[in-house]
Amino acid sequence: MQNFLLLLSYLIGSISFIVGLKMLSHPDTARKGNLYAAVGMSIAIFATIFLYTDESGQHLGNYLWIFGGLIIGTAIGTMMAKKVQMTAMPQMVSLFNGMGGACAAIISIVEFKHLMHQQSSHDIGGSITQLLSTIIESVTTTPSNPKLTLLTILVGLVIGTVSFFGSMIAFGKLNGNINDKTLPAQQVVNIGLLLVIVGLIVVMLTGTTGLSLPVLFWSLFAISALYGILFVMPIGGADMPVVISLLNSFTGVAAACGGFLYHNPVMLTGGILVGSAGTILTILMCKAMNRSLTNVIVGAFGGNKTGGAATESGGAYKEISMSDTAVLMAYSKRVVIVPGYGLAVAQAQHTCHELEKVLEEKGVELTYAIHPVAGRMPGHMNVLLAEADVPYEKLKEMEEINPEFAQTDVVLILGANDVVNPAAKNDPSSPIYGMPILEVENATHVIVNKRSMKPGYAGIENALFYQPKTSMLFGDAKKVLQDLVSELKGM
Amino acid sequence: MDAIFDFFSANYDMITIVILSIFLGIEVISRVPSVLHTPLMSGANAIHGVVIIGAIIVMGQAAQDDYLALTLGFLAVILGTLNVVGGFVVTDRMLEMFKKKPKK
Repeated sequence: MQNFLLLLSYLIGSISFIVGLKMLSHPDTARKGNLYAAVGMSIAIFATIFLYTDESGQHLGNYLWIFGGLIIGTAIGTMMAKKVQMTAMPQMVSLFNGMGGACAAIISIVEFKHLMHQQSSHDIGGSITQLLSTIIESVTTTPSNPKLTLLTILVGLVIGTVSFFGSMIAFGKLNGNINDKTLPAQQVVNIGLLLVIVGLIVVMLTGTTGLSLPVLFWSLFAISALYGILFVMPIGGADMPVVISLLNSFTGVAAACGGFLYHNPVMLTGGILVGSAGTILTILMCKAMNRSLTNVIVGAFGGNKTGGAATESGGAYKEISMSDTAVLMAYSKRVVIVPGYGLAVAQAQHTCHELEKVLEEKGVELTYAIHPVAGRMPGHMNVLLAEADVPYEKLKEMEEINPEFAQTDVVLILGANDVVNPAAKNDPSSPIYGMPILEVENATHVIVNKRSMKPGYAGIENALFYQPKTSMLFGDAKKVLQDLVSELKGM
Repeated sequence: MDAIFDFFSANYDMITIVILSIFLGIEVISRVPSVLHTPLMSGANAIHGVVIIGAIIVMGQAAQDDYLALTLGFLAVILGTLNVVGGFVVTDRMLEMFKKKPKK
């Protein structure tokens, strides 16, 4: 009876994940979908605590520790999630993702100790052919074959560890604590490390060295950690969301490894679901940037930064005064605002909405052009603008708005840079070459608000700023918008 | 060859779950408008927090005097809970903003 209830709870959990993900893909049902998944998760967790029994029918113990952990985790998690600024969202997702990866890695470590206890390392030796036959045999006979268990533990350890260290680096980079760094021959080093990881796993399963298993195990852990760090380290620029999404699906696979280890259906479905959905999401993001996944990982962004970086610095640009900007915008028919990370950092989304209202009172038609990766994560800018009550209909996607720039009088760029850089279209040597951009240079006037002439996140110069139709409006996005609004109101 | 057949039939349920889940994941995600990419990534992030069930099992099976397993298990439960709770709360906060405002 108890086992039936446990399995039923797991079934409910799995269904809630599927339904939740499905509902998350429609704006109207998204919030409910998230709630369903959360409820399903809670059911699965509490069913495990109270109903789970091992082979000998023994219930779980250590309730004090379990609930202590749950309470501490819930308190810290809720506090962090409630306090985080909307602009810091990508880091937060990366951080939570890392926690999941670490959790999977720790499970592997404990289960490895467990396995070592049961089995003397001598038993887990043998040749590769023996290994394969044992694996195949083992699954048919008993679920707890040591080699298969070891394989699952090792895969969980590697993926969980890579995911944790990778996510921490991604967190540090997005938070501005860590800069992009590229080792000489980075790709060779990375591929080498990957081969070492695979080699170590094979050696451990076949037992072909004199080294003890724990030594190999901890080396595997260390090399996985190093790989996680080096894998994310050189990736920068607009590619960061892709990496987070990729690490997200890694953690999903690590969770699925746990599902295999415990023959737990809800961990398996949940993990695989996120693994495949995360992969698809990663590919969709790459498509949005017109880059292939290998290109991102092996990538031009970090790999050969010297290409376009040094070219065309300096040059003449012209500034525009606040009142000129106000006049120019007030007497335009169509204005398009291109929001970018600068707007997000300055927390200027509300002031931006105010500007929109003032201009509309003056009969100006105003829309927002949203680049797929504006704000560093797909959809991030939509979240920020929704926070400021900007209606959906005003947000136009790139494909929709690009043909309309030719009929636009003024484009106001707020803290965006790389997504409007014409080098992506016409300079094959540029690191961002091939990324689709907002074709703002087709508009009559382009006004760029930036804090300084410093290059954007990808670290490259933007020729747009030196074009004759472009004017620069320096200052913090929020301050500039406030001044602009009061200027317009006074007209 | 027989071994492969046996492997297949013995693990038919697990293999089915994996394959169907892969297709399901692909199917569910491919229709998402890009507006929802960030909340979706965050929601999926919370769902893989299901790994906490493994942490709970580790914790619950640890012997009273096995301090290493107890400490690591405890840590794993905290980290897993962070992933689950933090993930769902952040997603909810994002989606709250998409709520349609009553027209004034």
